[in-house]
Amino acid sequence: MIELDGLSKTFRRTRVIDKLRLKIEPGERVALIGANGAGKTTLIRCLLGEYVAEGKVRVFGLDPRARRSDVLRRIGFVPQLPPPLKMTVSDLVGFACGVSAAQTGHVRAVAGELGLDLSEISGRPFVKLSGGQKQKLLIAIALGRDTSLLILDEPAANLDPVARQKFFRLLGERRHDTMIMSSHRVDEVAALVSRVIEMDRGAISFDQHLADDRLNSAMMRVRVEMSLAEPAFAAALAQWGFSNNAGGRVWSGEVAGPDRLRFLCLLSHYSGSIFSTSLDEAESMETPHAAASLDV
Amino acid sequence: MTNLLLTARLDVAESLRARWFLLYSVVFGGLVALLMIFGLTESQVMGFTGLTRLLMTYIQLSMAILPIFILISTVRSVASDREAGVFEYMLSLPVSVGSWYWGRFAGRFVTIFAPVFLAMAGAVAWGALSGLPIPWKHFFIYSALLLSLSICFLGLGFLISTLARSADVAQSAAFMLWLVLVLFLDLLLLGLMLQERMSPDVIIGISLINPLQVFRTAAMALFDPQLVLLGPAAFTILDRVGANAYLVWACLYPALIGLIAAAAGFWRFKSSDLL
Repeated sequence: MIELDGLSKTFRRTRVIDKLRLKIEPGERVALIGANGAGKTTLIRCLLGEYVAEGKVRVFGLDPRARRSDVLRRIGFVPQLPPPLKMTVSDLVGFACGVSAAQTGHVRAVAGELGLDLSEISGRPFVKLSGGQKQKLLIAIALGRDTSLLILDEPAANLDPVARQKFFRLLGERRHDTMIMSSHRVDEVAALVSRVIEMDRGAISFDQHLADDRLNSAMMRVRVEMSLAEPAFAAALAQWGFSNNAGGRVWSGEVAGPDRLRFLCLLSHYSGSIFSTSLDEAESMETPHAAASLDV
Repeated sequence: MTNLLLTARLDVAESLRARWFLLYSVVFGGLVALLMIFGLTESQVMGFTGLTRLLMTYIQLSMAILPIFILISTVRSVASDREAGVFEYMLSLPVSVGSWYWGRFAGRFVTIFAPVFLAMAGAVAWGALSGLPIPWKHFFIYSALLLSLSICFLGLGFLISTLARSADVAQSAAFMLWLVLVLFLDLLLLGLMLQERMSPDVIIGISLINPLQVFRTAAMALFDPQLVLLGPAAFTILDRVGANAYLVWACLYPALIGLIAAAAGFWRFKSSDLL
């Protein structure tokens, strides 16, 4: 689906991506994480054929610079910041559907699921919409088209909690699509992805395949031992239904497989106080005797 | 082709809502209205009266306003769109670079030429309704000259937009270009160069390659081809090549410059980062 070999991108004298090698197979759902300036957006722009870069970039086996239309016809993209488009909503939807041979009805339907009525705002300039409305519309255009790769750059940043929930549900329904979701908050997208790639200063610093459908349907038995008891940590774990002994230093409980990354993110906030952690498969919700564990 | 037309249509729709377009239309529409209000069709200057006189004045004013208006509005909107992230999103949609670039060029051409042409056509229509004789020859030649000048500066604007990395740089470069072309008009720098006894061939050469000078000379040639009005270089050129041949040059050359500049901008746009 996506193959990068020796991808480098330099702006003036600053190397933003450095000899990146990466393969993403069809159906993989990737969380692309990293601090600001790590190279996430530059990587996405290379995949979209918007930058000239050194090395090999192939999306669907094609060079996105040379075969832009063929590649982009199969990609749905949501940018991090909604662009200040002066065109009306109907012009934008008409153009997006026109160039990608998509049905405006599909976009309208997805927008409706996100709580956005296109008929109410069709005559308004895009730039005059609220942040949430803009984001919903861009998501609707991306998901309303017939694509097989979704590239989402912080897509839920401007959405209210209800819309976020609906958006994640929509993404969950598109399990057949390959997905790259850039985010600062891995806990937010953890349940949706099968692989986490962390970028740091233009290189991949962490690449972990999480998924395993088996683990997604399993319950994980967790034990956390703290070097000292912390009230905030106790309150957080109580919300996960954990119980403690040893004066609040040792906690144990169960975490659903799809939530394990979100749970690990919670632990990372208290890493200075954690003495040891174990995470093992307790029982599978679908295949009870499967055995798996995560190294933590 | 469909994507090119969709892009052109989108650009037209967006321009129609932009403030610059409103101002632009008001300026050219207002010019014609003012010329009528001040009774220019009634006045007689150097033997010209009626619509001919109005069109002459209009085209002279257009030469002063049109190039800088096209340059600034084009480079500002194109470069600002790129800076603000509009390109990032719009070019993530399945539209080829060629369709996007030339579609915007075509759309922008329609929006910059239409007000200028329609204002002039409106004046002719008003003249016809008022029973004035219509100077069709002047109308068609001026239309061709304005068309050529519009393409010229639109192409230069697109080239600057693709070369400059920010809206501020693009705007400064556009202004400098306009200033250089104005300085090389016959009656300014060329007059000085003549005084300094530069080679006439150099001066004539500059006059022939400066699209503003070419436009001005052609417009004046239809009016009153006298030395005092034309300036020395234009007078010499017309004397050598003749008015008709020069009109052909004036209708084709600026448009050619614009298309070459636009093509160079396209090559640059296509072969470099799109953002």
